[in-house]
Amino acid sequence: MDASLHFDCLVRLADDHMILGHRLSEWCGHAPMLEEDLALPNIALDLLGQARILYDHAGKIEGKGRNEDQLAYLRLERDYRNLLLCERPIGDFGHTVLRQFYFASFMGLYWSECQNSNDQILREVAAKAIKECAYHIRHTGEWVIRLGDGTDESHQRMQNAVADLAPYVGEMFHMDETSQQGASAGLIPDVSKLAATWHAQVAPVLAEATLETIEVKPILGGRSGQHGEEMGFLLTDLQFMQRTFPNMTW
Amino acid sequence: MVTVVSSIAWDVAAEVTDPEIPMLSIADLGILRGVKTLDDGKTEVSITPTYSGCPAVMAIEMSVSATLAKAGFDPIIKRVLSPAWTTDWITPRGREKLLAAGIAPPVKASNSIHALFGETQVNCPQCGSHETERVSEFGSTACKALYRCQSCAEPFDYFKCI
Repeated sequence: MDASLHFDCLVRLADDHMILGHRLSEWCGHAPMLEEDLALPNIALDLLGQARILYDHAGKIEGKGRNEDQLAYLRLERDYRNLLLCERPIGDFGHTVLRQFYFASFMGLYWSECQNSNDQILREVAAKAIKECAYHIRHTGEWVIRLGDGTDESHQRMQNAVADLAPYVGEMFHMDETSQQGASAGLIPDVSKLAATWHAQVAPVLAEATLETIEVKPILGGRSGQHGEEMGFLLTDLQFMQRTFPNMTW
Repeated sequence: MVTVVSSIAWDVAAEVTDPEIPMLSIADLGILRGVKTLDDGKTEVSITPTYSGCPAVMAIEMSVSATLAKAGFDPIIKRVLSPAWTTDWITPRGREKLLAAGIAPPVKASNSIHALFGETQVNCPQCGSHETERVSEFGSTACKALYRCQSCAEPFDYFKCI
C-alpha cells in the first residue's frame, strides 16, 4: 500500500481522538459534579491513549522520523484532519455528552470493522478500543436519556444540542478520495456503510430521551483541513508547551 | 524458549508493583505477558496495558527496566496490545489482595463486551453484603468505579470488568 495513503488514513483517526480528547479534558475541574469530573477525563485518557499509538504508528509508516509528539503538537491547523464534530466547543454538559454519545457509537462500529483491517496495529488498537467504547456509549447514552427526559430546562438544552450537532453527523459517514482508497486497500472500513447501523443504534436512545431527531445537510471540511474558527484557539492551547519550549519532553 | 535465566528474570519482573494499585504486582494483575532471553543476551519483557491511556504503563515499564537492570539483566521492554488485556487475567492471588485492600475484584467472565451491559452484582469488600449501589462509573483510576454499600454504608472502589 502507498505509504502516504496509509499515513493519511491513520492521522485522520488519530486526530479525531486527540482533538476530542483535548475537548473533553477542558472539563477537568469544571464538570457539574465530582463523578463527571472523574468520568470525562477518564474518557479523554482512553482517547489520548488510542491517539498516541496511532500517531506513533503513522510516524513510522511515513518514515520521515516524526514521532507522536511532533505529529500531535507541531503541525499547522490545515494539516489536522479531524472530523468537525470532534473540534466543536464543549458547549454545555448536554452538548458534551451528546457529542460523545454520537462519536462513541460511531467508533464502536468503526473499531469492530477494523478487526478485518490488513494493518496489524490497527487491529490491535481496535481490539482494546472496542471495550473502552462500549463503556463510553453506555455512560453517555444514560446521560442523554436522563437529561432529555428530565426537566423542561434539561430537555430544551438537549434538544438544542441535537440541533447544533446535526450538521456535523454526516461527515462521519462521508467518503472522499482518501477514505475510498483506504477502504479499497483493506486498511479502514467503508464508513458510508456504517451510517444505517449508527442511526438504528442512536435513534432508540434519542426516542427514549423524548428528543426529536433532526436531519440537515452535512457540513464537511475537517478531512481536508478546513476547520471552524474555534480550531485555532484549541491548537493554541494544545501546542503552547511545544511552541514555547521546542522538543521538550516530560 | 524458556530458560533458567528467563525464568529468574520473570520472578524478578513479577515483583514490580502497579503504582496506582500498589498491593498488586504486575504478575497478579496479569499485565506481565512474557519474559524471554534474546540471542544477543538481552532480556525482553512483554507488558500489556490495562487501558489504552493508562498513565501507569510508562511508570511500570521504567520500574521493570530498573529492577531487572539492578538484578544484572539487560532488559528491553516490549509493549504488546494483542490479545487485549481483560480483568479475567487478574490471578486468584491478585483478587484476594484486592479484596483485602478494600477493593471489590471484578466480576468474572468479562471477556465479552456484553458483560459491560449486564447487571452485575458487586459485593461489599468490607462486610460482604450484596446490597450495594454504583455511585460513579468512573473512579480514581481508569480501571475502577465507585460503589457504596447499603448495609454498612462504606464507600468502596470496584475494579471494573473489561
